Amino acid sequence: MSEPYSSPSSDVMIQFDRVVKKFGDHVVLRELDFSVKPGEFVTLIGPSGSGKTTILRLLMTLELVDGGTIQVGGEYLSHMERGGSLVPADERHLRTQRKRIGMVFQQFNLFPNMRVLQNVTEAPVRALGLSKAEAEQRARELLDMVGLSDKVDAHPTQLSGGQQQRVAIARALAMRPQVLLLDEVTSALDPELVAGVLSVLKEIARTTDITFLCVTHEMQFARDVSDRVMMFDQGQVIEDAPPDQLFTQPAHERTRSFLHAVIDRAV
Amino acid sequence: MSSGLMSYVWEGLGNTLLLTVFGALLGLVFAFIAGLARSSERKWVRGIAMVYTEVFRGFPSLVLLFALIFIVPTFGYQLNPLFAGILALALNIGAYAAEVVRGAVKAVPPGQIEAAIALNFTPLQRLRKVILPQAVVAMIPPFTNNLIELLKATSLVSLVYISDLTFSAQLIRASTGETALVFFGLLVGYGVIALFFTAIMKLLERMAARALGRTVPSGFFGRKEVAA
Repeated sequence: MSEPYSSPSSDVMIQFDRVVKKFGDHVVLRELDFSVKPGEFVTLIGPSGSGKTTILRLLMTLELVDGGTIQVGGEYLSHMERGGSLVPADERHLRTQRKRIGMVFQQFNLFPNMRVLQNVTEAPVRALGLSKAEAEQRARELLDMVGLSDKVDAHPTQLSGGQQQRVAIARALAMRPQVLLLDEVTSALDPELVAGVLSVLKEIARTTDITFLCVTHEMQFARDVSDRVMMFDQGQVIEDAPPDQLFTQPAHERTRSFLHAVIDRAV
Repeated sequence: MSSGLMSYVWEGLGNTLLLTVFGALLGLVFAFIAGLARSSERKWVRGIAMVYTEVFRGFPSLVLLFALIFIVPTFGYQLNPLFAGILALALNIGAYAAEVVRGAVKAVPPGQIEAAIALNFTPLQRLRKVILPQAVVAMIPPFTNNLIELLKATSLVSLVYISDLTFSAQLIRASTGETALVFFGLLVGYGVIALFFTAIMKLLERMAARALGRTVPSGFFGRKEVAA
């Protein structure tokens, strides 16, 4: 790669530089640039298929970039430096980089072959090398924080969707990530279970210095917790503003019509 | 029946069970190796597994058995006939069961693998801790079919003079002339053994499902599976 990329800097947690992602002929992200500061809570909104979830999947290394670079905490995620040039990351590099990033999924994805406690302890033991006792203590504290200390021995199938999602949040936090990705975490929940999950997330955002990147259709939640909201359309950020400004005086016509459609539907 | 004839029955039964159990265990090894290799990242690994599956699924067990017993010795190796029987049956059933393994692994929801990646499991940990424990539950019912097929296929070894249940029945028939009675008894015998294996597999299925927090109703005529 010959083009110069901006040098990593410590006051940027997530940096996308001219990121391109294609699925076949379909270009999902076209030379996308954006950055997120440490500790910031940034929400991505926009119509389905606009590439919001793809951004999270790229950060979680579930997808690989087709062009450009991604840096997390000043280190290349998608690439590694070898002999003075950037080459696509190998599995070992990805494993080192993934340590700092966690993700909560729309469908929870708890492991049905493990009870709740083991869902939360397994990865810290396997991937971080914690002792079983340390991992269990950490897991119990986190499950307590998400209000599920009485469910440690339950099977995931015995929990409601909202409870499963709170376990999934505890599971992601047990890895002590610097960046937490939230992919439509309430979209699969019954309406009355949404509030419990959102209040847990608000509390985490308030009490930790984790950097959040969140894709959601919960506009009130986005407005309450976000430091910044980015409106996304056709693989590009078309508006980037603090929530109060973006929700009350959107600068862009596309933002206005999108908000109109979602907020009307919600009411 | 005299005790002399009964000793044929016990010997035959023993060998039939031996062929079935060891054929199944060895077949399981082949099935897991080939089935997992089918989803390898490396093309040549997938290739070898595919050739094994397609070739041995296409070979009749009997022809394979003849080959192991009558052709291999021409290269200077004389296989123990019972081992040759086990190997021939295992190669054949392993090829079928490899497809079961492959299908069950493929049926694990992609979200499970993505969650394991997000939690930074190594590829081997993903397989051992997340994919296989879930896939095994789906493998057991089709494995039951494979096991019963294997049990029935063991009767082929009587054609290479291994004294299994069918071979013993032939001896008894020859010495007593009771053709109808002997073959009827033989059919009942295989049926009972099949029921016995089915019951064991049902038990395994229930245990595996319980590990996933699901329940499978007990009994042969259990109702449809429900979530706990």
